[in-house]
Amino acid sequence: MDIIVCVKKIPDPEIPPAKFKLDMESKRVIPPEGIPPVINPYDEQAVELALRLKDKYGGKITVLTIDNDADTSIVKHALAMGADEGIVLADKAFEGSDSFSTSHILSQAIQKVGNFDLVLCGRQAADWDEGLVGAIIAENLSLPLVTLAEAVDVVDGKLKVKRVTLDGYQIFAVPTPAVATVSNEVGQPRLPSGWGIISASRKQIPIWKAGDLDADPSQIGAKAVRRRLVKLFIPVREKKCEIIEGETTAEASVKLAERLRKAGVI
Amino acid sequence: MSDKKEVLICGEVKGEKITTITKELMTTGRKLCIDLNQPLSLLLIGQNIQEAANEAILLGADKVYTAEGASWVESFPEHYVSIIADICNQTGPSIILFSQTDMGRDIAPRLAARLGAGVCLDCIELAIDPDTKSLLQTKPVYGGNAMAVWASTNNKPQVITMRPRTAAQAEPDTSRKGEIVPVALDVNNSMIKGKLLETLQEDVKGIRLEEAKVIITGGGGIGGKEGFQLIKELAQILGGAVGISRVPCDEGWMPAGHEIGQTGHMVSPDLYIAVGISGAPQHLAGCSGSKCIIAINKDPEAHIFKEADFGIVGYYREVLPVLIEKCRNLLA
Ligand SMILES: Cc1cc2nc3c(=O)[nH]c(=O)nc-3n(C[C@H](O)[C@H](O)[C@H](O)COP(=O)(O)OP(=O)(O)OC[C@H]3O[C@@H](n4cnc5c(N)ncnc54)[C@H](O)[C@@H]3O)c2cc1C
Ligand SMILES: Nc1ncnc2c1ncn2[C@@H]1O[C@H](COP(=O)(O)O)[C@@H](O)[C@H]1O
Repeated sequence: MDIIVCVKKIPDPEIPPAKFKLDMESKRVIPPEGIPPVINPYDEQAVELALRLKDKYGGKITVLTIDNDADTSIVKHALAMGADEGIVLADKAFEGSDSFSTSHILSQAIQKVGNFDLVLCGRQAADWDEGLVGAIIAENLSLPLVTLAEAVDVVDGKLKVKRVTLDGYQIFAVPTPAVATVSNEVGQPRLPSGWGIISASRKQIPIWKAGDLDADPSQIGAKAVRRRLVKLFIPVREKKCEIIEGETTAEASVKLAERLRKAGVI
Repeated sequence: MSDKKEVLICGEVKGEKITTITKELMTTGRKLCIDLNQPLSLLLIGQNIQEAANEAILLGADKVYTAEGASWVESFPEHYVSIIADICNQTGPSIILFSQTDMGRDIAPRLAARLGAGVCLDCIELAIDPDTKSLLQTKPVYGGNAMAVWASTNNKPQVITMRPRTAAQAEPDTSRKGEIVPVALDVNNSMIKGKLLETLQEDVKGIRLEEAKVIITGGGGIGGKEGFQLIKELAQILGGAVGISRVPCDEGWMPAGHEIGQTGHMVSPDLYIAVGISGAPQHLAGCSGSKCIIAINKDPEAHIFKEADFGIVGYYREVLPVLIEKCRNLLA
């Protein structure tokens, strides 16, 4: 089974909230000093899901990323985990793209890669938390889509995809090629092996520019956006926490219960 | 295409009733309708939806489109995309509202792509810019670390999902009048290539998290399966439900269905007791609407204390047994 996985580089989403800074003027997040960006965790899980399918059914895994700095680090990470090929899409013309332009660029790149049975995206990129690109790619390519996938298997030549829901799950059968977005229920992604890291570092990673794709210039970049960011801010919390103290922890615990009773909370 | 645009809500029905989350959406929709001077419409897709359609009118819908035949529990989601796109092409709504539910987050992006519309998921506030009439969309980003406000830049419809519990439920008014418009489903099924094989709604034992008045949540600080006994005991005494953060979920200490946060349940109980939880924004995204938050954490610097109303700095194994005992006495 041949699989294409779309991966995005984002600022580390698990930094302590105190380290999260933004510039309100330029409406940008300031990358935290000394903490390198990471592969979007859901995309890493998408790579993991692809590798599980490859372990079982064979085939080739290609990872794609749009990264305007033409940074190959997260593609290399996916290769080190076990993916076969990686391509970076980088061009000035891509700058300022929104979810639709991003999806258009990725859709064109997917078509250029050609043979594939499954396209995997993360359920959302943990920077802007949009949750849009996978679905828009499916629509662009007129392919069946299953969102929030936790597991994929092959049954009677079709993909059987388990979708996470709030109180349970759904199972869908879809013909290939198809698109799925991957949720964290996939579980821990594997660590790159030593050999994986060495072979990834030796691999050539092609950089594709706008001219390498059959992209519609009117659909990419800042001029194509369907919405405009008017404000970006850190919400202020007005809460003041009352720490209940006591000679001992037990005493504080008793006081807490009494406080709650008095406040009518319990 | 009708001469006047409308705000269209894609509603959800459970047990022949409008869901509470859809009732919240009706409050949000009504506010937009007033600002835009447009009518409010509601679309219901499913079986046995007549009663819900009548209810929707009392709740504030000027028009209810009913599409009988398909159903969310039996259809491939794309079927819904096709039905809704079809209706939108006939009625030309200005704004299409979903809730950020299993259905909304799945359907909205693909629908927007099909309609050439704008889209924004998981909004917590919507407003109409008085000058430009564009739709201002506020949504948490960066895991809840920041808020973004977006403005629509085209005259295409805007497809929105709203985070649950960001508006009060619409109240019924028996004097309201409205129109019920059945719509024929002529979706070309041969175009839809996927099939739903199975749906499982796990029977959550005890109280559903969304409806619980009290929630006791255990996090990474609980350290293992066995520590959750204390959490469960406190929940039982206070008549509450048990929640977890991502760590117990990933570690398999508790079933994933209890997870609270950005990717889990979004709750707003009267009382939320966070035990051994650091207070990551992705977790707080799911509980910051709670009326009263109590934090029990051994680390006085833990971020959760910035979000809590009351806190105890201490080891949960020293706090909980005493708290359980005292609550038991007080409530006896
Ligand atoms: C994209 C993304 C999405 C995410 N979505 C979610 C989500 O939906 N829900 C969610 O919960 N998380 C989510 N997370 C994870 C989140 O960022 C945090 O990693 C997670 O919430 C941490 O869980 P925790 O606070 O329970 O555990 P930890 O970070 O391990 O913190 C444990 C806390 O317990 C305290 N503690 C330790 N021992 C004791 C003791 N004996 N007594 C008392 N206190 C003690 C410690 O001081 C510490 O503060 C997401 C992360 C990402 C990147
Ligand atoms: N710049 C990008 N390069 C490659 N894939 C991307 C990019 N942006 C988004 N994606 C994919 O689309 C998913 C959803 O992103 P979003 O809709 O932005 O939340 C991500 O998890 C990725 O799989």
